[in-house]
Amino acid sequence: MDGVYLDHAASTPARPEVVEAMLPWLSEHPGNPSGSHAVARAARRAIDDARDLVAALVGAQPGEVVFTSGGTEADNLAVDGVVRSTGCLPACSAVEHPAVLVPVAEAGGIVVPTDAGGRIDLGALAEVLSAVDGIGLVSVMLVNNETGVVNDLDAVTAVLVEAASDAVLHTDAVQAVAWMDLTVACRSAGLVSLTGHKFGGPKGAGVLIVRSGVDLAPVLRGGGQERERRSGTQNVPAIVGLGEAARLVVADRAATVTRVGALRERLEAGLLAAVPDSHLTLPEGTPRTPGVAHLCFRGVESESLLFLLERDGVSASAGSSCASGAQEPSHVLAAMGVERGSALGSLRLSLGHASGDGDVDHALAVIPSAVARLREHDPVGGSA
Amino acid sequence: MTVRTDPTRVMVAMSGGVDSSVAAALLLEAGHEVVGVTLRLWGGESDSGCCAVSDVDDARRVADALGIDHHVFNLGDHFESMVVAPYVADHAAGRTPNPCIECNRHVKFGRLMDRAGALGFALLATGHHARVVERPDGTRRIARAVDSAKDQSYVLNMLDQDQLAGLLLPIGDLTKADVRRRAAALGLRTADKPDSQDVCFITRQHGRGDFLGRRLTLTPGRVVDGSGAEVGSVAAVELVTVGQRRGMALAGGVAPRFAVDVDVAAATVTVGPVGDLLVDATPVEAFSWADGPVDGMLLVQTSAHGSSDPAVLDGDLVRWSEPHMRVAPGQSVVFYDGDEVLGGSIARRG
Repeated sequence: MDGVYLDHAASTPARPEVVEAMLPWLSEHPGNPSGSHAVARAARRAIDDARDLVAALVGAQPGEVVFTSGGTEADNLAVDGVVRSTGCLPACSAVEHPAVLVPVAEAGGIVVPTDAGGRIDLGALAEVLSAVDGIGLVSVMLVNNETGVVNDLDAVTAVLVEAASDAVLHTDAVQAVAWMDLTVACRSAGLVSLTGHKFGGPKGAGVLIVRSGVDLAPVLRGGGQERERRSGTQNVPAIVGLGEAARLVVADRAATVTRVGALRERLEAGLLAAVPDSHLTLPEGTPRTPGVAHLCFRGVESESLLFLLERDGVSASAGSSCASGAQEPSHVLAAMGVERGSALGSLRLSLGHASGDGDVDHALAVIPSAVARLREHDPVGGSA
Repeated sequence: MTVRTDPTRVMVAMSGGVDSSVAAALLLEAGHEVVGVTLRLWGGESDSGCCAVSDVDDARRVADALGIDHHVFNLGDHFESMVVAPYVADHAAGRTPNPCIECNRHVKFGRLMDRAGALGFALLATGHHARVVERPDGTRRIARAVDSAKDQSYVLNMLDQDQLAGLLLPIGDLTKADVRRRAAALGLRTADKPDSQDVCFITRQHGRGDFLGRRLTLTPGRVVDGSGAEVGSVAAVELVTVGQRRGMALAGGVAPRFAVDVDVAAATVTVGPVGDLLVDATPVEAFSWADGPVDGMLLVQTSAHGSSDPAVLDGDLVRWSEPHMRVAPGQSVVFYDGDEVLGGSIARRG
């Protein structure tokens, strides 16, 4: 990879041990885990070993682990699976990933606003639960993919209990795995979505934790794999890699949080000092993961900034990208009430396990001058 | 030659069509450092799919094949405010605008050209069939393409000296057949891709009336003849274009009649026989000039692929040498000196 990669929240490299663990399952061991002979049983054993590791990661039982093709499928399965099984109405926070927002909207569900930090507004959630009958699923992401803000799921659960709601709590924890102890953070969630490529595993391997007692209809139907909850031959090499990534992240997460957190603090402090009229997007004191520095630079457009940063060797991102690759206005910042002039110039720099001091040094060397150049030559709305 | 040979950095606007694909290839051959950009302008329904994803994919894959970087710029807000909203407002006022010209004016050679400059690109290139010519005094003009059937000089009428100095039109010296041959020889996937024809935010399936009907309250109107007698009706006066013959519930059995005036405020369309379509003069407004105002005897073109006809520009009146078809208000009226564009204007209601 050329240059400095500061887009780990989009995808972070698979750890070398993960790649190593996957390789035999791409060639030497061709078995289909559903088969009966020894070659098949070997594959079955491999994914069940991975299942144990993922269960330990989340604090779930192995039988509660459903392997999927990734985070989007896990989110879709959580919402559609509960809606189809129970006929309930779903609700979710306004800053959810589209993989939750779209199925919730299609089911006629309710979107609950957030506070200025992008955390679900618990008062608004309580009002929705008391005003609307039949809400059987509430989806609140543990960590937001754009800003890194952390929701308090125990507090969400307390609202559900207070409202005497029997709704199941789903959390998209995709962005949390690298940074948080899920056995604590997700303990009150009945459904938890994960994906491998955000914490050192491969792309194409995801998980939905379905705690016992949660009614869930399958979305993919067929051979009945994953205890009838997700049919289709399991992606054995990717699942093996996911399991290995789960093992590694549990082992060294605490050290990574400390190290990367310090890098992020230096990056933010350096940028805020060097770039006039810049600020952190999240209000001070908002709980957040150590991996994301999300800033707004007034008077520039993210697209232009990302273009210059790429030429200066920095890969980063802004809001979210649509299928064409174009930058889209961020629904997350809009939900937080970030003023449009600031949101236009947002920048997400996200760090990962492999990030180091050199990455921060490089970013601090090029970002301030890129912002200054755009402010001088391309002020927003200059031609409008 | 419109391809300069200095290896200046060039940003090429790639639509995903064959013309801009070949434009990028020619710039690369000429030694430029080239970066491709595709604009995402319209997020709604279109004939090429949501966000025009398939066109973006074509542009990206052509850039990949050429080995150049490719970026997508979302100028959708700008397109909405500077092209789509005025398009709707023009119809509401009884004008028939040309949104592609306004997109060139405000988006491609406005916002994009500004951004290219800010990002360090002195030159912007597009795949338009037209040429940039330099005159002995150092000024520049848009000139007609070598392929006169594909000439797009009309839609580039608004460019001034600053814009012309920053513009490359690499395929203006080639015929369309040459462009396709070049694309095929380079193995570009867009070699056989059909030309786009229509306004990108209006679909063939639903059309202009459907689009405007969702943004405007359309007004049913009367149709009268020159004497004021009511002879027909229309469902929406905003959708009537001067020169139109059909869709006005006119009785048959008489000589064909055409819309010669649209008065939205009075919800009235006036029709007349073909002879009423001919006028001695056309009033215009909103001038733009390549290098300052010009008047007197000129060649004047009133549609993208129409003829250019002699006329005298007298203030805000184009006085035709021979009686000329009425020009629908909102259409561009473009002034030429031979094959070269002097400037442009917009027809207004007389």
